[in-house]
Amino acid sequence: MVQKILFNLLQVLVVMAFAPLVTGVLNKLKEMVQSKKGPSIFQPYKDIWKLFHKDEVVSKDATWIFRLTPYIVFITPIFVTLLIPVLTNYPLFFAFMGDMLGGGFILALGGFFATLAAVDTANPYGAMGASRTRMVGFLAEPVFMIVFFTVSFVARSTIPYIVQEQWITPPANFFEPSHILLLIAFIMLILAEAGRIPVDNPSGHFEIAMIDESKGLEYSGKGAALMKWGGEMKFFVLLCIFLNVLVSPWGLATTNNIIDLLTAIPLILLKMFAFILILVVIESSLAKLRLFRISEFLGAAFVVSVAAMIARLFTL
Amino acid sequence: MSLLSPSVINNLNALTGGLFLIAAFGIVATRQMLGCLRFYVAQSVALAVSAFLLGLHPFSRHLMEVCIITIISKPILIPWVLKKTMGKQVYTRREISQVLNIPTSLLIAMVLAILAYFLATPLIHATGDSRAIVVNLPIGLAGVLLGTYTLAVRREALPQLLGLLAMENGAFFAGIVIAPDLPAIAELAVTFDVLILALVVGVLTKAIAKHIGTTEVGELASLKEDASL
Repeated sequence: MVQKILFNLLQVLVVMAFAPLVTGVLNKLKEMVQSKKGPSIFQPYKDIWKLFHKDEVVSKDATWIFRLTPYIVFITPIFVTLLIPVLTNYPLFFAFMGDMLGGGFILALGGFFATLAAVDTANPYGAMGASRTRMVGFLAEPVFMIVFFTVSFVARSTIPYIVQEQWITPPANFFEPSHILLLIAFIMLILAEAGRIPVDNPSGHFEIAMIDESKGLEYSGKGAALMKWGGEMKFFVLLCIFLNVLVSPWGLATTNNIIDLLTAIPLILLKMFAFILILVVIESSLAKLRLFRISEFLGAAFVVSVAAMIARLFTL
Repeated sequence: MSLLSPSVINNLNALTGGLFLIAAFGIVATRQMLGCLRFYVAQSVALAVSAFLLGLHPFSRHLMEVCIITIISKPILIPWVLKKTMGKQVYTRREISQVLNIPTSLLIAMVLAILAYFLATPLIHATGDSRAIVVNLPIGLAGVLLGTYTLAVRREALPQLLGLLAMENGAFFAGIVIAPDLPAIAELAVTFDVLILALVVGVLTKAIAKHIGTTEVGELASLKEDASL
């Protein structure tokens, strides 16, 4: 019992510690693909450390929402980490506190406060970026719902640990058409929610074209560090959900042993690295979509997820 | 071959069916002429692979012939014919104009796919419950309906042709599992039919575009008193 609580806390520490590393490796690989040298893979750690040691400047027109949001954006991915399989494939202490829909809502709570805070300072770029983020968010919601409903209907449960058991073992289930279609739909969803190309340019500096970056525009010092870290943790959590529940549950710890758990850490990082390679290829070969073409992109994701649902339900 | 047991073949066939369906959605959802053509080529390759897989286990020479005929004619010959008759027009990045915009088209395409699965369920019970029929028949029917929708909603001649070709692909995909012993002559006849169709439409479209300036079928609604055409 105490061991399960400890493992759960270890999961949280792993997410907090390795989320900037994943982002650092992604940025470096994107630069390497373009034959540039790229920043060091530990650069996001250095950025966060630097920002924590700077002064914070807050606009005098900002309300309590602006001051509260960095904490919420930092904490919501941590809550979701307690619910999903990161290192183990058996449920831990907090696993039944919320299911996948609950996890989705908690992440949406963070996004909601980030959007409100972006409007709070009366900076016009913040408001513009916030309304675009909401547009992408509401178009991505149906895709989330259909993907979750499909996997939950088949597994007869909405808890990610149980879904993972039912859905992916035996390994022959991997190549079913509904599974492949769900993977494609979820990858398109990750691209939209994490603000990657083709939906949004994560390394752009033009405020007039920002969609997801605008939530961190007005922050400085500690607030900026928390927003940055929280954004990186949200990406890590989305990848964990994708890799551990839908793609490959292999490599997770199956016993109560602490050694087993510690060996699961490099394995999950390896799985993420493989996915990052695919993501780098996608990001480097596509161009950013025009704003109103994003609805076509997410419409295609929706259709693919519904096709997965009907392929699974009608052939059962 | 012990590697390709019937269950492995059925799983690969299911995967191919999924890719066929995605290619059919891609034909509906693509904005550019060249992308649409590429999705059609992908769909034809999926059809050929499915024919190959289904012809493996109770070894059927007819299905292997279907596979070879499809590989030669659809991914290779049809784009070549279109390029020769229509020239650069097919291969430049021209946008397709449709009556309904793409998100609406995607939603309607989804409804059509669900309808195809719904319609195919009693048919599956009638023809026998083998695994291949459960995969191929609804997806083939969905391909036909999506091709029909594409044909109806596009304004210009060449994109409409792609819709027609997609319909034919869908019909074949369902056909290889319903009538696997169809003689090779019938397969060849249908394939040549499609090839000649592409050739004729290509030549005609080029002539119409040269004389009238556009191939938008909405504008070709009235006869012109023009002796030169």
